[in-house]
Amino acid sequence: MTTHFRFDPLSLPREAEALRGEVRAFLADSLDGRSAERRADTWTGFDAGFSRALGARGWIGMTWPRQYGGGERSALERYVMLEEVLAAGAPVAAHWFADRQSGPLLLRYGTEEQRCQLLPAMARGEIYFAVGMSEPNVGSDVASVRARAKPADGGWVLNGAKIWSTFAQFSHYMIALVRTSGEAKDRHAGLSQVLIDLSAPGVTVRPIKDITGGEHFNEVIFEDVRLPASAVIGTEGDGWNQVMAELAYERSGPERYLSSLQSLVQMVAAAEGRGGDRLRVAIGRAVAHVAVLRQMSLSIAGQLQAGHAPNLEAALVKDLGTSFEQSLPETLHDVLGIEPSLSGGDAERVHANLLQLSPCFSLRGGTREILRGIIARGLGLR
Amino acid sequence: MSELGNIIEDMIERLLTDAVDHAVLERAEAGGWDDELWAALEDNGLPTMLAEPKEKGGEFGWPEAYRVAVVCGRHALPLPLPEAIAAGWLLAMAGIAAPEGRLGLATGDGLVLDGGGVRGRLKRVAWGRHLTHVVASVSGRVLLLPLEGCAVVLGDNLAGEPRDDLVIDGVAVESAPGPVGWGADASCQLGALLRSAQMAGAIATLLDRSVAYAGERQQFGKPIGNFQAVQHMLAVLAEESAAAAMAAGQAFAALDLGRDKDFAIAVAKVRTGEAAGKAAAIAHQVLGAMGFAREHPLHFASRRLWAWRAEFGSETDWAERLAEMVIPQGGDRLWAVITAAQQDGET
Ligand SMILES: Cc1cc2nc3c(=O)[nH]c(=O)nc-3n(C[C@H](O)[C@H](O)[C@H](O)COP(=O)(O)OP(=O)(O)OC[C@H]3O[C@@H](n4cnc5c(N)ncnc54)[C@H](O)[C@@H]3O)c2cc1C
Repeated sequence: MTTHFRFDPLSLPREAEALRGEVRAFLADSLDGRSAERRADTWTGFDAGFSRALGARGWIGMTWPRQYGGGERSALERYVMLEEVLAAGAPVAAHWFADRQSGPLLLRYGTEEQRCQLLPAMARGEIYFAVGMSEPNVGSDVASVRARAKPADGGWVLNGAKIWSTFAQFSHYMIALVRTSGEAKDRHAGLSQVLIDLSAPGVTVRPIKDITGGEHFNEVIFEDVRLPASAVIGTEGDGWNQVMAELAYERSGPERYLSSLQSLVQMVAAAEGRGGDRLRVAIGRAVAHVAVLRQMSLSIAGQLQAGHAPNLEAALVKDLGTSFEQSLPETLHDVLGIEPSLSGGDAERVHANLLQLSPCFSLRGGTREILRGIIARGLGLR
Repeated sequence: MSELGNIIEDMIERLLTDAVDHAVLERAEAGGWDDELWAALEDNGLPTMLAEPKEKGGEFGWPEAYRVAVVCGRHALPLPLPEAIAAGWLLAMAGIAAPEGRLGLATGDGLVLDGGGVRGRLKRVAWGRHLTHVVASVSGRVLLLPLEGCAVVLGDNLAGEPRDDLVIDGVAVESAPGPVGWGADASCQLGALLRSAQMAGAIATLLDRSVAYAGERQQFGKPIGNFQAVQHMLAVLAEESAAAAMAAGQAFAALDLGRDKDFAIAVAKVRTGEAAGKAAAIAHQVLGAMGFAREHPLHFASRRLWAWRAEFGSETDWAERLAEMVIPQGGDRLWAVITAAQQDGET
């Protein structure tokens, strides 16, 4: 008998549950009047004012040390805050990557100067970060990045381009994976994570319209951009391993199953007082999925907190979660049959928004096919 | 996971690995009762493991029962051990002394209490013909029904497990109010809970067998597990297996931690039942014609999954119950309802 993975139920500590009420009260107030379809944006909704308000509460960088503007709260308290803001449909995109990835990365590998200069402002919700992995010819095969930083005058000179970089147009910095030594054939070796000030000379940020007509992601072009020596984060040439180590955090959070919760909210609203068997059964089934995904995601949070690296579990949950997120707009169509329309009622507008957003759920942060390859490796098949 | 749980899981895992093989399963399907194996389970105290449950100061609770029920499902144990455990718990919680004999569990919705007696039909009782007593709940009361002399209408499920109707005609029964917080159909809820864990176990077996086969079976000069299409099928099977294990595990944990058990059990039966169908389809696809052959053991898991997902209420039935819990609260309260249901109780 082989046990491939483990999912022990997690009990949230009392202080984490206590925080839930505080976050809810804050959200009830600050999201009052926010439209149903904008709530359906969840972590693609950008609102600097909201991020600053959240920062003022101490809810960005919650787990970071106090000396860097953090709150020294537990990862499970942060988890509760996150699931609450996501379930409520709060616009968290501005500070999202800073809080989830860039901050923890700088904490672990940054110089003291970078930490002191950047982390407190990130935690206040004032400084935003973009992620630079993809390039025009680099998608799933991330190890083939071509953007290149060459040593020059005790620092680096960067050339190349990144693409699909979410909200780079409003971000202050990007952390990008670029080649700092070796050749493309060296694959993982010679890649480094570098910190780029997006206001530096030689950086051009061009928004790209997406299928909703909105401008969320961007092309970012680097032409002889000068970077200080300290721009390389962590160990030069070890960027690949650093990126991989981040992934369990990125894959198993509540954002991987809650993106289309508003579809389910609308189904429940439609079922109040009426609604046939099919609608009720669809709601019941979807609630069962949410309930189980939440327990799985929490279980991983508990394992991370305990210092384990549940990489296989995280990949399983992300693929299950994003598939579920994508199923909800389909289910809504199936049981309500309403026309998706941004000029309709709440249900029609939410439906219109989520139908358009849903293809990206199984693309961003690694596609479904790449995840399934990782799972197959975890099962010993590769 | 608890140390106690690990010990008891190792114990029953070893027992069943040795005792439940192809021949035993085929014999059971022909209607047999394996006395020797039942005696071995009794010797290890398994059927009565919750007869003095944690709630009453005993050693074992639902987290340990979960581990046992999963292993039963993994090995397709052809004996009603999970039912006996739950029946023992219900009696203990109702304060009814457990009788000597073989205890089963049934939904009581075909029964009517009249005075001190009871009449009606217990439907599709697991291993009914082999039992001495059945525990069922009727209108919020727990009943202990002696089966001596009652008529048995033989039946079975798709996997050849006995599912007999028992005709009860004015038998004198012991009864007592059910455990606090449990409604009219406690025995049905417990049945659904057990089947969810057994399904999680059977799905884990499908996964193990499928991964092993994909590593051994060669086509086009390489193991079929090298083909990406096969890898992705197995990845989905692993996901369903993980979801089923969590779905069942969270329900047993809910009983232990004072969470909303009605919610958790309904969630478990819906999600494991859904996983059962998907997992069986994938495993059979991966094993090709070999998995379709009676001599291969895959069907001991897959046929049980097709049967178990419909026992003690299907996904649809339990989804309706979940819908009843959330719809009246309204869309805006959906998330609050889910988080409240999954919060530990004040214990
Ligand atoms: C809304 C959105 C926001 C994004 N934000 C960012 C961001 O902020 N920063 C950033 O760097 N990137 C971002 N991305 C890019 C994202 O990371 C990529 O879309 C993703 O990595 C896949 O790359 P690709 O789109 O080039 O697809 P490709 O890699 O070209 O893949 C196309 C198809 O081929 C499949 N495929 C590829 N390789 C294999 C294989 N080996 N086996 C089987 N199938 C395979 C893929 O699964 C997919 O179905 C964003 C994407 C979206 C949609």
